[in-house]
Amino acid sequence: MAVNIKKLPKKPYVMPGHAACPGCPESMGFKYLGMALGDKAVVVIPAGCSSVIQGLWPRQGFGLPILNIVFAAAASTASGLARALKRRGVDAQVVVWAGDGGTADIGFQALSAAAERGEDIIYICVDNEAYMNTGIQRSGLTPYGAWTTTTHTGKRQFKKPLPQIVAAHRVPYVATTSVGYPWDFIAKLKKAASIRGFKYIHLHAPCPVGWRFDPSLTAKIAQLAVETGAWILYEYENGKLRLNPPSNRLIDPEKRKPVEEYLKLQGRFRHLKPEDVEMIKKEIETNWEEITRALKIQGDL
Amino acid sequence: MGMPKLLAMRGNEAVAYAAKYARVEVVAAYPITPQTIIVEKIDELISKGEMDAEMIHVESEHSALAATYGAAIGGVRAFTATSSHGLMYMYEVLWWTAGSRIPVVMAVVTRAMGPPWNIHVSHEDILATRDTGWLVSMAENNQEAFDLTLQMFRITEDPRVYLPGIVGLDGFILSHTVEPVELPDQETVDEFLPPRRQPYVMEPGEPKAMGNLVPDEYFEELRMDMQQSMENAVKVIREVGKEYAKYFGRDYSDLVECYKCSDADYIVAGTGSWMGDAKIAADKLREKGYRVGVMRLRWIRPFPWSDVREAAMSKRAVIVMDRSLSTGHAGPLFLELSSALEAKPSMIGVPAGIGGVDISYEDIERFTEKAIQLVEEHGRVYIPAMWYHLGKIFPTYPSSHVKLD
Repeated sequence: MAVNIKKLPKKPYVMPGHAACPGCPESMGFKYLGMALGDKAVVVIPAGCSSVIQGLWPRQGFGLPILNIVFAAAASTASGLARALKRRGVDAQVVVWAGDGGTADIGFQALSAAAERGEDIIYICVDNEAYMNTGIQRSGLTPYGAWTTTTHTGKRQFKKPLPQIVAAHRVPYVATTSVGYPWDFIAKLKKAASIRGFKYIHLHAPCPVGWRFDPSLTAKIAQLAVETGAWILYEYENGKLRLNPPSNRLIDPEKRKPVEEYLKLQGRFRHLKPEDVEMIKKEIETNWEEITRALKIQGDL
Repeated sequence: MGMPKLLAMRGNEAVAYAAKYARVEVVAAYPITPQTIIVEKIDELISKGEMDAEMIHVESEHSALAATYGAAIGGVRAFTATSSHGLMYMYEVLWWTAGSRIPVVMAVVTRAMGPPWNIHVSHEDILATRDTGWLVSMAENNQEAFDLTLQMFRITEDPRVYLPGIVGLDGFILSHTVEPVELPDQETVDEFLPPRRQPYVMEPGEPKAMGNLVPDEYFEELRMDMQQSMENAVKVIREVGKEYAKYFGRDYSDLVECYKCSDADYIVAGTGSWMGDAKIAADKLREKGYRVGVMRLRWIRPFPWSDVREAAMSKRAVIVMDRSLSTGHAGPLFLELSSALEAKPSMIGVPAGIGGVDISYEDIERFTEKAIQLVEEHGRVYIPAMWYHLGKIFPTYPSSHVKLD
């Protein structure tokens, strides 16, 4: 899985003048996407922040072919596009670049169906944990306790375990990654591109505007999410689960940083009561227990 | 060179064969009654190796059109079919496809919108596509369903048009009814239908964006361009319809079919399969001494404005049969024809046959005669909605104040 950053394409895939907010994780992520897949990629983008980030016509801030599409139809549009390009003998990698709403909520039906059909696409969920483009409304991937403009006192439900849900479709490749670990994301993209069939990558993408933190801290917050165990880096390859660094050593709770370090930097968690923090800690434990159980069943623990 | 062959088949099968002859490469569809036979037949043709295409078995109509659109934008001829609720479910994708200027052909097997559940013929589904930027045609019989589908590929892929197109056929009345259909030989079709053309293809290498934000002024200009293309489409439809006659012997150069219109005082207007019954009704009424003609709209979009005006402007009255209603006003075809004809003839709108209620030529004869008598008695009249239901006339809003007896 080692990636030599120096050997990756130098070509800029996110151009100056794009419309992202300062510290935007999506423009970071898209840059890594270009570095990993190069000019083979054709990207399908449903409604979301990246619909705007790419810029206003006649300018174009993303250096790849972009097919924008209605909110609920990213996976199905990509399915048709991939089939057509394959029929025509075009060497391409069709990629969906969708937000958490476009993936876990309105676009979920199309995603599930494309996974079941085994469409040869890479589906990337850029998870900033709320509907940021429309102004920070809660999504199915907003975590417990988080403030949004539709959960003023904090969300009372837990984040949908989407990577596991997609993995339950028994697709050849599912991975989680983070904008705080570009080499992990790039390596996983390269691996996904080498596999035929449906691939799913869930990219954790802390949003300074929606999460209420300083725009200089995007990478740090992303890393803290992993270091505290609140976000876990792993991959399922043909159903076999593997933890990836640095999450692999964090299976030992002693090695994780206290989750408060991650929460206290974010305005969206400012109102949390001690019992809310306890709920968040409990959810983190549950997530790790599931991972541990799966690894034990596999005989890897 | 092979010979055309005459076969007995249902309307849905005729449409499926047209997709095969057009060498469609990707089909994405979701089953809904009464469209299902189209999907099943195409899947069967692919399975038997008679059709070289891929079927994407999507989970919904929203995805059906999205996948069809994705395939079309990837550079292949793509096709889908639906009905009623399925069409409504894919509604936003209709707009997206047309605005992308990507040729796609879709069959719409007309059916009522619920509730209550009703799988029978009605035109509220297909007529709800009027504003989307798709070309919209309606077949009268199974041969025409085949012919229009084949022509639609050539029309939509003409650079002067570059808009998607719908071929409508009435649920059950055509979709499930066996009629003789002449199938051409593949070589002739290949001569008639050139390889696919489209304004752009999404493929790796050249960075470009389709559908990103534009300043409002450019957005409006794109819509102005679509309106221009609709105007061009009138010309292209005539050209292609005439060419079709050269290759296959059936002429489709008219956007409107006129039956005994030239000497008629009264015109019965409408679209779809029941216009065949209207022709019988016209003959019966002529036996009674009323000079009646029938104007059938083969095309709804582009609206055949000049054809309609030429055929009906100078007539005494136009009786418009509408198999759907814009609830709170009148039938969509009544409104469109009143506008095109500046309501110069007497205009009588007849909502009828909605939700599959059977309308025979005798029914058409009955309400047409009633309309003629009203004109003869009162002179010029304007009656938006004179509902005909189970043999009786019900004047409804906005013309409920009109005294009809």
